[in-house]
Amino acid sequence: MSALTENSTDNGVMMAADGTPLKRSLARALRRQKLRALMLIAPLLIFVLLTFIFPIGSMLFRSVENDIVANTLPETVAVLGRWDASKGELPDEEVYAAFVRDMVVAVEAKQHTRLGTRLNYESTGMSSMFRQSGRKMKKIDPETDGPFKEKLIDIHKGWGDIETWKTLQTHSGLYTSGYFLNAVDAQKTHEGFAWQPEEKQILLKLFWRTLVMSMVITGSCIALGYPIAWLLANVSARNANLLLILVLLPFWTSLLVRTSAWKVMLQQNGVINEVLVWIGLVPDAERLILINNQFGTIVAMTHILLPFMILPMYSVMQTIQPSYLRAAKSLGATNWTAFWRVYFPQSVPGIGAGSILVFILSIGYYITPEIVGGTKGVFISNRIAYHISSSLNWGLAAALGTILLIVVLALYWAYDRIVGIDNVKLG
Amino acid sequence: MKLTKTLLATTALTVAAGMVSADGHMANEMTIVSWGGAYTASQKGAYHDPYSANTGVNIINDDSSAEAVAKLRAMNEAGNVTWDVVDVVAADAIRLCDEGLAMEIDPDTMLADAPDGTKASEDFGDLLVSDCFIPQIVYSTTFGYRTDLVGDTAPTTVCAVFDTEAYPGKRALEKRPINNMEWALLCDGVAKEAVYDVLGTEEGQNQALAKLDTIKDDVIWWSAGADTPQLLADGEVVMGSTYNGRLFAAIEEQKQPIAMLWDAQVFDLDGWIIPTGLSPERQARALDYIMFATDTQRLADQAQYISYGPARKSSAPLVGKHKDLGIDMAPHMPTDPNNAKNTFLYNYEFWADYRDDIDAKFQAWLAK
Repeated sequence: MSALTENSTDNGVMMAADGTPLKRSLARALRRQKLRALMLIAPLLIFVLLTFIFPIGSMLFRSVENDIVANTLPETVAVLGRWDASKGELPDEEVYAAFVRDMVVAVEAKQHTRLGTRLNYESTGMSSMFRQSGRKMKKIDPETDGPFKEKLIDIHKGWGDIETWKTLQTHSGLYTSGYFLNAVDAQKTHEGFAWQPEEKQILLKLFWRTLVMSMVITGSCIALGYPIAWLLANVSARNANLLLILVLLPFWTSLLVRTSAWKVMLQQNGVINEVLVWIGLVPDAERLILINNQFGTIVAMTHILLPFMILPMYSVMQTIQPSYLRAAKSLGATNWTAFWRVYFPQSVPGIGAGSILVFILSIGYYITPEIVGGTKGVFISNRIAYHISSSLNWGLAAALGTILLIVVLALYWAYDRIVGIDNVKLG
Repeated sequence: MKLTKTLLATTALTVAAGMVSADGHMANEMTIVSWGGAYTASQKGAYHDPYSANTGVNIINDDSSAEAVAKLRAMNEAGNVTWDVVDVVAADAIRLCDEGLAMEIDPDTMLADAPDGTKASEDFGDLLVSDCFIPQIVYSTTFGYRTDLVGDTAPTTVCAVFDTEAYPGKRALEKRPINNMEWALLCDGVAKEAVYDVLGTEEGQNQALAKLDTIKDDVIWWSAGADTPQLLADGEVVMGSTYNGRLFAAIEEQKQPIAMLWDAQVFDLDGWIIPTGLSPERQARALDYIMFATDTQRLADQAQYISYGPARKSSAPLVGKHKDLGIDMAPHMPTDPNNAKNTFLYNYEFWADYRDDIDAKFQAWLAK
């Protein structure tokens, strides 16, 4: 008692043994603890930051980045800003002279072809125009060889086309919404927003197809996985182990091997068709087309993603007391009522967890649709991969990726609102 | 506190170890990127092994050529180029050169002359399609057909692909517009000289797609060169396009009942580039390797392993027999006069411009 009074000051603040207020002392100790905890997770944090957050962030940033035009042609962009395209006249000599000065520098640094590639995404033909013009403009001296308007049009007739300059003016900003518009089958024109011509519209369709097919795959995973998970949870421990190994076995097999195996199974001279023809169910001339279409993708992906559905379901079902079912039946419920009113509601968190896993995995799936999807069974990720590695239009790929990310987050949010994320259990 | 120190020390060690191994890479190794499979094997036999034996340089193979442009761009942005020599198709070499990702190579000073003293620039001739690119082989994309599935009259022209009445069954075509659009126009009555003029217009593109539309339900679209030989071997398709070397392997090495349809084959080039941003000594070694690997004898040697034509004129007479099969390789070369009666040369300039535009239309058409 006396010690406590000694350690208290006049205004009633508690003191620690060293004389500092207890509150501060405690806070310091806690801070030290927190710091230590932070140090412990620091390697992981730095790892995630460096290898995950930062690269993805910078990749997503490419969807709006557009400094290449202004960096390569600084003077041209500045003077072209004053040009009024609506008059329907070509820009005057000032613009052409600035353009020549910029181009001579750009050709020296080999930047002009890069710009040509960038502008070719907006207007077909720009790539060769910049490459060819660059070769010929090497010989021009920007100080003495003016005036340049005639000369440039002579080098390539594209410089006499008002559309060329409109494209340059439209896409001269440091940031652009162009990639995002391209990602939804539209484009940024001089007049503003415009839809792509109908024969080039494909991306919205692919987004929609990706969503619908992912839902179908999730649905068939639930349908196939639920009975298996139930079986796993209700047979003896020894049999359950054996079954679990069977569920996990495909998990340990290479994804490509499993996908290629489906090819062998489903193709027209494949196992399934041969068997059907042999037992006479299908005439030889009318073998079923089971692969290189949506059906092939759904079958192969359902098979591949099934363990992701079964495992969370199984771990939730294990926790459901069998006595509840017995109690329901002893109170007069039929088998169906007991299952539907008592057992099923308790297994919903497992279904939810499995569905989220399977749906989110399948929405970004790439390799399986590529191999078995043919033309109608490919996903939006196949287009993203094309733009990353073949067309090198990384801006568009980043925009598509960002949209996909937003769609997933929106669906997750919707799920949380409707079902509640707290109801999801992994075990 | 002790733990933190340990962690710091481990981190420092890991970083240091990483640096040491990076230095080790510099020592006496080079990474050569190519396509893998039989193609890399042919390069190993003809170039890598003799080069290693001569110089003691250890060569590491990386099978990343299919994504070479994207990966080189990423490496360049990261400022850490780990490849020394890269094997790419000509169209990719042009793009790499355009983007400043490949170094310019002067054929006359940096490459070996022909044995008779002809300058390299003359020996390669028109095949030097880019300042950064040293062609190695001429390959072609052409059709193969199942001899037992085409009936009594074997196809002789590429238009058999579009003739589903005479040749019923599925066809394998590549899942991209390049080559398919040209063949479609050619078989829709467009003169060969006019194909690219027509294809540059909206009507021409629609015309080609309309022609392809007539066989759309009979096509299996491939994206890897190994698909077509497999589909042919399984009897899934009666005919299909792929690279001529793949068909050679299926016919001569695996003895499948397949024959070549050389008509309207599309020539393309494959060769070396050296990435920019290498240290001077790595660049010197890469150039030394290129000088060795693209001389007349070496290019001819590669044809012992795979049926692609050497890019030097002076190599053609030196092409001999297949290393294992012992058959004459010359008649299997796409450039052999008997095979090259009707050919296209991949139009690099055209496709550099129109690739994105036509591909969007093509993919939209496929998805319809």
